[in-house]
Amino acid sequence: MSDSHHEESFWRKYIFSTDHKVIGIQYGITALLFLFLGFSLMMVMRWQLAYPDTAVPIVGSLVKWLADLNGFASDGNLPADLYNVFGAMHGTIMIFLGVVPIIVGAFGNYLVPLQIGAPDMAFPKLNMASYWVYFVGGVVMLVSFFLPGGAANSGWTAYPPLSDIATTGQTYWLIGMVFLITSSLLGSMNIIVTIVQLRAEGMTWMRLPFFVWSQLVTSFLLVLAFPPLEAAGIFQLMDRVFGTSFFLPSGLVIGGEILKVSGGGSPLLWQHLFWFLAHPEVYVLILPGMGILAEVIANNTRKPIWGYKSLVYSATFLGFMSFLVWAHHMFLTGMGQGMSVFFQTTTMIISVPSVIILTCFMLSLWGGSIRFTTPMLFALGWMPMFGIGGLTGLPLGLSTPDIHLHDTYYVIGHFHYVVAPGTIFAIFAGIYYWFPKMTGKMLNETLGKVHFYFSFIFMNGLFWPMLIQGLGGVSRRLSDGGASYAHAQEFLHWNVVMSYSAWLLAVAQIPFIYNLIKTLLADKSPNPDPNPWNATTVEWTDTTSPPLGHGNFEKTPVVHRGPYEYSVPGESTDFTPQTQN
Amino acid sequence: MIESLGSISKYLGLPINSSSHGHMIDNMIGWVHWLMILLFIGWGAYLIITVIKFNSKNNPKANYNGVQSHYSQYAEYGVIVFEAFLLIGLSIPLYSQLKTSLPNNNEVHHVRVIAQQFAWNIHYPGDDGKFGDTDINLVDEESNPIGLVRDGNGADDIVTINQMHLPVNQQVMIHLSSKDVIHSFGIPEMRIKQDAIPGMTIPFFFTPTMTTDDFLQKINGTKREGKGYEIACAQLCGNSHYRMKGYVTIDTEEKYNSWLVEQAEYIEEEEDDDW
Ligand code: HEM
Ligand SMILES: [Cu+2]
Ligand SMILES: [Cu+2]
Repeated sequence: MSDSHHEESFWRKYIFSTDHKVIGIQYGITALLFLFLGFSLMMVMRWQLAYPDTAVPIVGSLVKWLADLNGFASDGNLPADLYNVFGAMHGTIMIFLGVVPIIVGAFGNYLVPLQIGAPDMAFPKLNMASYWVYFVGGVVMLVSFFLPGGAANSGWTAYPPLSDIATTGQTYWLIGMVFLITSSLLGSMNIIVTIVQLRAEGMTWMRLPFFVWSQLVTSFLLVLAFPPLEAAGIFQLMDRVFGTSFFLPSGLVIGGEILKVSGGGSPLLWQHLFWFLAHPEVYVLILPGMGILAEVIANNTRKPIWGYKSLVYSATFLGFMSFLVWAHHMFLTGMGQGMSVFFQTTTMIISVPSVIILTCFMLSLWGGSIRFTTPMLFALGWMPMFGIGGLTGLPLGLSTPDIHLHDTYYVIGHFHYVVAPGTIFAIFAGIYYWFPKMTGKMLNETLGKVHFYFSFIFMNGLFWPMLIQGLGGVSRRLSDGGASYAHAQEFLHWNVVMSYSAWLLAVAQIPFIYNLIKTLLADKSPNPDPNPWNATTVEWTDTTSPPLGHGNFEKTPVVHRGPYEYSVPGESTDFTPQTQN
Repeated sequence: MIESLGSISKYLGLPINSSSHGHMIDNMIGWVHWLMILLFIGWGAYLIITVIKFNSKNNPKANYNGVQSHYSQYAEYGVIVFEAFLLIGLSIPLYSQLKTSLPNNNEVHHVRVIAQQFAWNIHYPGDDGKFGDTDINLVDEESNPIGLVRDGNGADDIVTINQMHLPVNQQVMIHLSSKDVIHSFGIPEMRIKQDAIPGMTIPFFFTPTMTTDDFLQKINGTKREGKGYEIACAQLCGNSHYRMKGYVTIDTEEKYNSWLVEQAEYIEEEEDDDW
């Protein structure tokens, strides 16, 4: 099963590859570029928020060029129309083109077969298709920036009627989303079948690394939650292109003109279908991150994860419950008492497994012999940050406080604490941790630490003031950062703090990018250590030294024990591989 | 006790409260933040202790078994009990009080608010206390933005754009709808917010407790000086969403009534223009 005997052409090997590792890396590189783009849009927006209607420095002429192309008026500043485009595309790109592809497409693809001892994914060609469908979706989204009227501008939530009457960019957004959803469906089916069918001998369910569990639950969420959004997306497309009225009620008057449609539709139907996906989606964003964390924590505390079974049950329960909380995003749409009681209750219930997971991670530290490696620093930073993200969800999930906090910056602060110093930190931890597996080279630890500490500081400088502004009642999605509203006056100075934090956060990524490039270009040691972290799981212990050939394993692994057997009393080393007899 | 512990909300930077129910929301926000602060301090302290105590330098050999005690379980039960209290003890009853203890019809000022890109149309029933009909075919952005039928009940109706006047200490019931896209009607100081959904009319109510004059006094010397109550749009509704604001004036009853009289005179003047 080692390297295939004939030489594969460059195209087969690196571009249209069916090897899950190559596809994983393709996903990883593409998604990192999209994350960078999403972040860049936000850096421009942060200028407008801090210094409304003044010309953007450095990239002002680029902004003006794009605005001209889209037909918006700009003197190098970011006009409101383009701000809305950037805002909607920041959210879309970050979630659907950045985080999900990297955390499921890249990490899931690369690691799941290796961790369960499989030679590849169950359907390698489907896997290749899922990447290329994602790629096309990304291209469609990118192209839409250059249309007259710009890309989509109705928020990543695309609420009709606004989105139904928006410029052409919204049509491209919907088409792009159909591709992205299809890609996710192909990918997640593949992961489910792979985990169910291709586990190595002895790899029973309760011996799976928690990362694999997290991917399994995540894939189920994607498979079950995306189809309703895909259907809704097609309805919206029909509303826009064929004049149907799925989401348009009768009697709309837009800009003084009666909208000539048959009407009779419901704008709230979209919200239900959208959030039926989008709430599970937030667990798609965070669960695989938790999976990464479990691996990194066990390895760097040199002891088993505390409460492995609680983790597995909590993640499964979380996945199940995540289908029953969607309308907590809709408390203020005029829903009845019964509905709001139901959704508040389910929301409080779902907070329990999240608390249990966080507790398990923190208790895992107790009694450990903690190595402060870069991946571990990111994992440790994750805990209080995810804590803030989770805790700030409580007042939003209860309908009474939500009256004040709904659609304010408190919401933006809340979910960014979950996804930015949450998921993104987990992604960084994963990159530093598995980089030597992918390339045979260790990333520089000093640069890694600089990267961590500065990211940690500026993430907080960026997201904490959002909570303050939100409590003050400042709405989200305001293209002047609140300058027009009386109640926001006392909070405007925070916009400047946040913007500088955002730009400095970008600076803090330079050591990371430099580290990546420098390490990749460095000469490879002739025989790199296949298991530099002294880890227990199969991907470290049973593979050859990197790069791994197609097929992964010289000899099919046989598993004898659980995933986190570190510091087992009586053993000679402090790690006992899963495959050790 | 609910009040006193809830009063932590004073330190959370909420806007000055100017409605009769606002303190309930504030207390609730305060209570949730107690739970959040306690948990966060607990976690933080624990994390700091563990990373020092179990640093590989201080503890070169890891303990396979780790935590054996049950304290964490008790803490989890504690969280569950606290959350159950927030839910069952506070949020559900407060919300039902805020949404369903509908005011007695006779003493309530009814006002229709029709949102549109990017303005708030405020519709008062006039002397007869009855709202006139509306017809989308009559909509004219210049002269009749809500398409009001100007006879029958509508003859004396008052319609303003971005100017909402209300009497202090009297219950107000707002009937909210939208002409075009989804907006959200929020007055942060009144602790009210309600999405405006086209095709639906959603009622909600509150009682302002501070006149604009008193409020302006209170904010003297702050960065907000001179800027009174506003309706703020809280739901993205297009390119001018960021400045879709309406001005709210809370007056004493006399001033409010004389404002109504003044507005009624405008209707007559307008009609004179037409004929
Ligand atoms: C780390 C750098 C980031 C910065 C500086 C940032 C900043 C912001 C800001 C200021 C907003 C509010 C815009 C507004 O209300 O007008 C926003 C919205 C949003 N962000 Fe981020 N964000 C970052 C990362 C992320 C990540 C990693 C994700 C998701 C995985 C994300 C997803 C979103 C979404 C979904 C929205 C809502 C967009 C909408 O209103 O439609 N952001 N971001
Ligand atoms: Cu949700
Ligand atoms: Cu609006």
